[in-house]
Amino acid sequence: MSTTADTGMNGSTVYRLRPGWRLQWEEAQQRHVLLYPEGMVQLNDSAGAILTTLDGQRDVDAVVATLQAQFPDAPAAAIEQDVHEFLSDADRQGWIHHD
Amino acid sequence: MSSCPMPTDKGGSTMTDHTDTAAANQPLHGHTGAPLWLLAELTYRCPLQCSYCSNPLDFADVKEELTTDEWIDVLTQARAMGAVQMGFSGGEPLVRQDLEMLVAEARRLGFYTNLITSALGLDEARILALREAGLDHIQISLQASDPDVAAAVAGSRKAHAKKLAMARAVKAAGYPMVLNVVLHRHNIDQLDNIIALCDDLGADAVELANCQLYGWAHLNRAGLLPSEAQLEAAEATTRRWRETLAERGRDMRLLFVVPDYYSDRPKACMGGWGAIFMTVAPDGAVLPCHSARMLPMSFPTVRERPLREIWYDSEPFNRYRGDSWMQEPCRSCDERRRDVGGCRCQAYLLTGDPAATDPVCDLSPDHHLIEAARREAAGDARTLNELTLRNVHASRIFCRA
Repeated sequence: MSTTADTGMNGSTVYRLRPGWRLQWEEAQQRHVLLYPEGMVQLNDSAGAILTTLDGQRDVDAVVATLQAQFPDAPAAAIEQDVHEFLSDADRQGWIHHD
Repeated sequence: MSSCPMPTDKGGSTMTDHTDTAAANQPLHGHTGAPLWLLAELTYRCPLQCSYCSNPLDFADVKEELTTDEWIDVLTQARAMGAVQMGFSGGEPLVRQDLEMLVAEARRLGFYTNLITSALGLDEARILALREAGLDHIQISLQASDPDVAAAVAGSRKAHAKKLAMARAVKAAGYPMVLNVVLHRHNIDQLDNIIALCDDLGADAVELANCQLYGWAHLNRAGLLPSEAQLEAAEATTRRWRETLAERGRDMRLLFVVPDYYSDRPKACMGGWGAIFMTVAPDGAVLPCHSARMLPMSFPTVRERPLREIWYDSEPFNRYRGDSWMQEPCRSCDERRRDVGGCRCQAYLLTGDPAATDPVCDLSPDHHLIEAARREAAGDARTLNELTLRNVHASRIFCRA
């Protein structure tokens, strides 16, 4: 996989949520939300699924493989593209970081 | 109080991206969305006397604070309604000895818990106890970089050094450190030093919040509102610091909240009246924001009615929802859904009519009141020592009135 220039992301990058941030399923909103000091990001289904797989162990390639196994009916290439795009974006927004 | 967590820029503190939340929570087909945000003002008691405090002028009239059990019931009800972000505020919330218990209960219910504090009453043992209770975030307020200015603003000589020590301890305990500095005409020229101090303390984010003119701040407006020249210089300083921090690879976010007196359009206060935000005052009064208590209307308390009924069905919470209550020029304005007519408290404070267009708007027939305040701010204004400090003694005068 190609490196995403501005975030330095590649297949072996291990992302985690920023310290003090929390991912949580909200029953009342029927979606995942990302909670941080005095704020909240409301996530759509795919963003919620991707962030749920970030456990501090899986690298980007493992996140892609996990989601491909979880959604066998979806085109594998599309999942890979979604994950890469979302993680770069989340990195730029400061929601997640890597070492 | 030190500051308040807000979905918009009222009260001295702000959330960064709640436009989306507000939009996502807009009423559909006349349905009111859930109160995503709960601000629990545990007490009006406070060891400081900040002259820009957003507490009501007559706070000394409020005697019967909710008990621990009553607060736990409030938290349980609010969480069941869908509230997920919550702030413990005041007054100074650390005055309540049951704070740790309330934090633990809030966390157990699934809230993201923010403590909004002056840091007075904090020590390392309490930081640890709060950590164990599951507190997610501590926001400490600073009054200035200069100890003398800080002492004059807060009415305390010892507070500043204590705040600096506690800010370092909070960081060492592994919390994200967000500092809140309320800006006004007596400290805004020191912004360069203030940001340098926050950098030195290791802050992850700094809210540079121009004080919003409600409560005690409105009383002290002539001595607080900066001039336009001061504001422009402060914005330039903030921009310069952002560039310097980026060059150094230092991740410290600077959030600059402008005073709305220098805008031509009002803020969409609280994302709309009764839209996403709910304050519960120390005695259980339920408010659409922490300033609304001074409006000429009475708000139900959690001692009288269930929270759900108050939020969805009570007359005060429905009075300024939607746009049917609006007068001209808002009523026929294309922008009325974007800014919801501005702030009801500001409209009342400046015009005497809470349903008026917020005079910040340059389409408002009362906009000259804002222009007059700007002219006043451009000239000589009250010195630091002439500000009325927020304390029980001064408050009793307003209680009698």
